[in-house]
Amino acid sequence: MIDVSDVYKSFGQNHVLKGVNLKVHDGKSMVIIGASGQGKSVILKCLLGLTKPNSGKILLNGIDPNSPQKNIILAKVGMLFQGGALFDSLPVWQNVAFRYLHGKQKINAREARKIAIEKLERVGLKKSFADNFPSQLSGGMQKRVALARAIATQPEIIFFDEPTTGLDPIMAQVINSLIRELVMELGVTAVTITHDIQSVRSIADEVAFLHNGIIQWTGALNQLDKSNNKYLKQFIAGSTDGPIGTLR
Amino acid sequence: MIGLTAQTGRIFLTFCSFIGELIIFCVRVFANILTPPFYIQAFFSSLIQVGWLSLPVVGITSFFTGGALALQIYAGGARFNAEEVVPSIVAIGMVRELGPVLGGLMVAARVASSIAAEIGTMKVTEQIDALTTLSTDPIKYLVVPRLIAAFLTVPLLVGVGDSIGILGGYIVGVTRLDFNNSIYLINSINYLELWDLLSGLVKGAVFGCIIALMGCFFGMRCEKGARGVGQATKSAVVSASVLILAANYFLTEAFFSS
Repeated sequence: MIDVSDVYKSFGQNHVLKGVNLKVHDGKSMVIIGASGQGKSVILKCLLGLTKPNSGKILLNGIDPNSPQKNIILAKVGMLFQGGALFDSLPVWQNVAFRYLHGKQKINAREARKIAIEKLERVGLKKSFADNFPSQLSGGMQKRVALARAIATQPEIIFFDEPTTGLDPIMAQVINSLIRELVMELGVTAVTITHDIQSVRSIADEVAFLHNGIIQWTGALNQLDKSNNKYLKQFIAGSTDGPIGTLR
Repeated sequence: MIGLTAQTGRIFLTFCSFIGELIIFCVRVFANILTPPFYIQAFFSSLIQVGWLSLPVVGITSFFTGGALALQIYAGGARFNAEEVVPSIVAIGMVRELGPVLGGLMVAARVASSIAAEIGTMKVTEQIDALTTLSTDPIKYLVVPRLIAAFLTVPLLVGVGDSIGILGGYIVGVTRLDFNNSIYLINSINYLELWDLLSGLVKGAVFGCIIALMGCFFGMRCEKGARGVGQATKSAVVSASVLILAANYFLTEAFFSS
């Protein structure tokens, strides 16, 4: 379970998060939506312990990701970064099997490669790509490799940061479907941040809408279109008329 | 006046904050050197990047420096009828000063820039964050192997550079200045002391640490975008070069002032 209570985060005079509260139950897929610059990525960085909140409490399966025990929880976390964040200097299979080649879950390289190839095939990539370098792959393929890396060690929680950014609509839908399948198959708790409504409809069990540094609305996916929240309605409609200003 | 004072204060505070960041970074790096896990593959890769691939540039620089030094000392020595000091001054000058300093500066230009650009790009493309989420300490994985590799290989590069520089002086001395080849060699060796060589190698080790630390430090604090990477690269090279020259003075003072 992910529990975010009253989290504040500022960068100088820029108050990004102003009391965020959010609960994600085990095995559920929560999608956080919101306009650009509203703090979605900052929430994700706080959840991963990459940024420390000014105040408030974050617990991932009961452990604070900013505490000295952060490595216990990070070992159970998978993360798909917006740009993939694959290591340029390592071939694809070593990216996927990174945790098996380094650190506490280390196994021999042959076993690690075998697991990496299994995961690559699970996300629809042929094993012939295993020895390529990330720069030799297309954007969609890189996203798949990053997805394979995120699921490589059977995580309990997976975070997805803008999983379809930069992809064509067909490839975006392929990635959305893969994410949904993997979340169902692995039974993991998932948190996705996106502003792609198509992704929301494909991935989410529950949706949270972030605006002005707080969660303005949260509910099940089937309640999304029935909400009367004026910010959310404008966001879903993609309208320029409404309370969300276009001047940022 | 108040504006000027405020501006001065801001610059001073920024400088203090920068120094503080640098000290914390160095403490974190040195605290991580002796504790596992050790990334052997990353270390060997760094050895090749820092040491082996820097060899041509250090060798060429040293060769021409040794040759030019021989010509200058010959021209200067001729004013006092002391042309015969060319071999010994070239050898001492190369191993004590020019080998370590020019070798260090050339490695700084090649290696500090490449480390800063590589780590900086990793920072802006979230690869450093990815390392953290994969339970890997970026300091241990990226910085420590590079630091150890530079600490070990820069003295070796200095040693090779010294030899090539003396060779450059020898070739110019024999072919252009009409020195007898065996006398040149004997004079080169006879006036050299072991400490001359060792002091140059110690300087090389210190310069190696400076180069790796500056490259990694500016790479790790790189800001977003191509401009950020460019800025980090430039800062790494400038800082490493200035610190090498400053460290060289203090080391020379410590080694030879008495």
